Amino acid sequence: MKLTLPAPDRHSIAGKTPEPDERAEIVVIGAGPAGCAAAIEAARVGAQVVLIDENPVSAGLIGMDVPLQFGGRATPAVQTPERLVEQVLEANPALGEAFEIGVDVRLSTSAWGAWVNGPGLRGLPCGLLGLADETRSWTLGFDRLILATGARDLNLSFAGSDQPGVMGAQALHALLTRYDAFAGRRLAILGTGALALDAAELALARGLDVEALVEARVEPVGEAARIAALAAQGVEIITGHVPLAAEGGADGVTGLLLANVAAPERHRSLDCDTVCLAIGAVPVIELFDVLGAKRALAPERGGHVPVLGADGATSLAEVFAAGDCTGLGGDAAQMGRVAARGALASLGRPVEVSAPVSPAAGPDALAYQLDWARALLATGGPDVLACLCEEVTRGELIAVQPPRYLGWSSNAIARRNLGTLAEDGPLDQDQIKRLTRACMGACQARRCREQVALMMALGAGVPAQSIPLAGYRAPVRPLPLSVLADGNETAGMAQDWNVWFGIVTQWISYDDIGTEREDEQLRAGMPY
Amino acid sequence: MAKTGSSVVIVGGGVTGLSTAWWLARDGVEVTVLEKGIVGFEASGRNGGGCTHYQSPLFHEEQRLWPLMDEMLGYPTEYRRERLVFQVDERKANFADGLAMRIPAGYAWEALDGKQVRERVPLAGDNAICGVHLHFGGHANPQRTSQAYAWAAQDHGARIHQHVAVTGFETAGGRVVAVETAQGRFGCDALVIAAGPQTGKLAALLGHHLPMAPARAEMIVTEPLPLMPMGGVDGNGLYGRQTLRGNLAYGGGPHEWYEDTPLDGPPPRPSGSVLRGLAKRVAELLPRAAHARVIRSWAGVIENTPDGRPVIERLTSPDNVILATMSSVGFGLSPASGHAIRDLVMDGACSFCDLSKLSLARFATLSPDWRRELNWLPPAAAVEGAAQ
Repeated sequence: MKLTLPAPDRHSIAGKTPEPDERAEIVVIGAGPAGCAAAIEAARVGAQVVLIDENPVSAGLIGMDVPLQFGGRATPAVQTPERLVEQVLEANPALGEAFEIGVDVRLSTSAWGAWVNGPGLRGLPCGLLGLADETRSWTLGFDRLILATGARDLNLSFAGSDQPGVMGAQALHALLTRYDAFAGRRLAILGTGALALDAAELALARGLDVEALVEARVEPVGEAARIAALAAQGVEIITGHVPLAAEGGADGVTGLLLANVAAPERHRSLDCDTVCLAIGAVPVIELFDVLGAKRALAPERGGHVPVLGADGATSLAEVFAAGDCTGLGGDAAQMGRVAARGALASLGRPVEVSAPVSPAAGPDALAYQLDWARALLATGGPDVLACLCEEVTRGELIAVQPPRYLGWSSNAIARRNLGTLAEDGPLDQDQIKRLTRACMGACQARRCREQVALMMALGAGVPAQSIPLAGYRAPVRPLPLSVLADGNETAGMAQDWNVWFGIVTQWISYDDIGTEREDEQLRAGMPY
Repeated sequence: MAKTGSSVVIVGGGVTGLSTAWWLARDGVEVTVLEKGIVGFEASGRNGGGCTHYQSPLFHEEQRLWPLMDEMLGYPTEYRRERLVFQVDERKANFADGLAMRIPAGYAWEALDGKQVRERVPLAGDNAICGVHLHFGGHANPQRTSQAYAWAAQDHGARIHQHVAVTGFETAGGRVVAVETAQGRFGCDALVIAAGPQTGKLAALLGHHLPMAPARAEMIVTEPLPLMPMGGVDGNGLYGRQTLRGNLAYGGGPHEWYEDTPLDGPPPRPSGSVLRGLAKRVAELLPRAAHARVIRSWAGVIENTPDGRPVIERLTSPDNVILATMSSVGFGLSPASGHAIRDLVMDGACSFCDLSKLSLARFATLSPDWRRELNWLPPAAAVEGAAQ
């Protein structure tokens, strides 16, 4: 039998990955306390440093709850970008310090991808970041990358929670302190841990009304003295209750109906225009996961976090990390300085040796979140949406039902659920995504990743720790096709682009193999 | 082989192995699938979903079966009929001529001008110059279909073991009698190896050289857009579709060759090499969707044989083993490939088409250095090769 082979491959990626559009010795992502401290520390010893931060984000992104759950409670002030930049600089004096010491600060610039050479990715000229602003995307090469991407809001949904006025504690903090653009007046705050107490104290300090702190557990979980102080200022502390439904009108939330966890038929209502979710914050590990850095589940640090060395090094030689993205809590600025020194030392620059920072373990965030999720499921029932974008209810998730738009029903599928799936092997959130579409929506699962995992654990009766993290993939920010598109594609990429592998013999009709018609098609080349 | 009292072990829980399991199980055969990870989790669930492969000997069966699959399986595949391929580059103005010599008789299609393309593809723009509308073929949801095969096979009694990696085979009397795994030994009367990029290594354990090389390819997906009348629309160097949810999901462009993939775990599958090139081409193809936001990407790892053609063969020694690789084009053909492999297991020959040209024997004269000669090398190695 004659073997007909294709021409040598010119369609592979080898030699086609372009040089980055720009390069820097050290790039820091995130201009919070950790990132600013890292950038300043690196610039102080003469390194060339670029500091990237996506804030202030556009009004459009704020409307899409990127990167925090703003919940439609930003004022029109966020539509004036120049004002926001001023506000951001005013709210963060470290940024000014970074400017002065020579750090190249890029605001309103998002980092949507990051890659280093490793398994499956061998041809990069150096570590690469994908960056974007409102109009274009480009690449930035780095010798060392320091990720200080902070934390985002944890969302647990209840009936009516997809209307304006239901927002995250970190978004509230950003609107109050960073942008001075919060539209609410009367708040109900969910949670009684440190995050909730911070939110309540800040709101009161800004002259807002805090109606109540709502707690699913029978006792408040935060510091007793702070809770007593809030109570003394007229904040009601309501334990053993969870939201049943947010009531609302054209402008969003007008009140919150609570259910008693021990006696779900007993309800009470709160008068408020804003419900602030302060049950937990989630370390932002998107770029670590895109990079392929090792991670671990650390419930005492808020969830899934990168595995770090004492010098802030991740499992990847080029990547360091600091601040809340490495686990909640601790001295972020000191962690930033440690990571900067670690990065500089790894480049052979002489640096002071820093004492390692070991943040104290916090409360078990996963256990707390699971208690909330269990109480919300027990009181609100299966008809509440677990995934808002794709409109997947808790019940549909637990029953592993195909999405509603298929209009599919069969006896066969009715017999399937999380329990039957678990019999075939450990549950996997990425598998559930594919089957139910929960977490597949336009919010890139910022609003549902954690609660879907919690509902999976509850639905199948397995430990929450056993549900693997649903993976993050670039772009980790939603980018229009026209923005993500490579405007400077290399000639090599354009010339040798093929729809598949470009193996000409692959597409010749079986009947023609070994005939004259095969030669004819080989001469004609790829069909398209 | 007798339908009752026989047991078949299938190594590989991708679409080819799962379809085979379903075809065998619905015949009453005792089937066990061994999958090192989760069913359909590699290339079977990470592809463009195309069901239009007129180059394949399985084509007629592919076309016959797809419209029946939802009902036969009892689970949804999201199959939709027809394809429309169009171009926006003047250099491809005559691409329909290339198709004319390849599309078999009996399948209707028409060539379109730019105006006709715009009439049928609302997201197309003024730059559309020509297209073809295939009144056959189609597309389906790879992830949903993979799971549908697995569930349907289970409904017929098949056992599917996930997270079980094969370590070896036990042979006796010229036959494979058991499959060895870290979780124990699975006895069998017949063995099917349909393990994607690992099929070559597993064949080597039985003394057969099945040459193949693994590579990674990427796709991007946008937020949902209003549904076009026909979702199976691609072109401009892209393959893909608008999903029934409305997302645009497209792939194409450079692949990255791998040295190897592991037998006992998932291959690395980073994505990022061609995302911006894909976004550029989707925006060119469908300019009225240029505002749509890309919300994720993914990569899949697929294998190719040196000529890019499948191997679907029952070995003569051991004589109860079927090797199957679809050489990077397996999803759409899976209803038919499973049927063919079922026939090879039960009857020794495929009942509906000739497969003899896909025999392993064609590689007897292959150079041992074929990967270097074809330049099928990972990027770093390719650079070293160029320097020599």
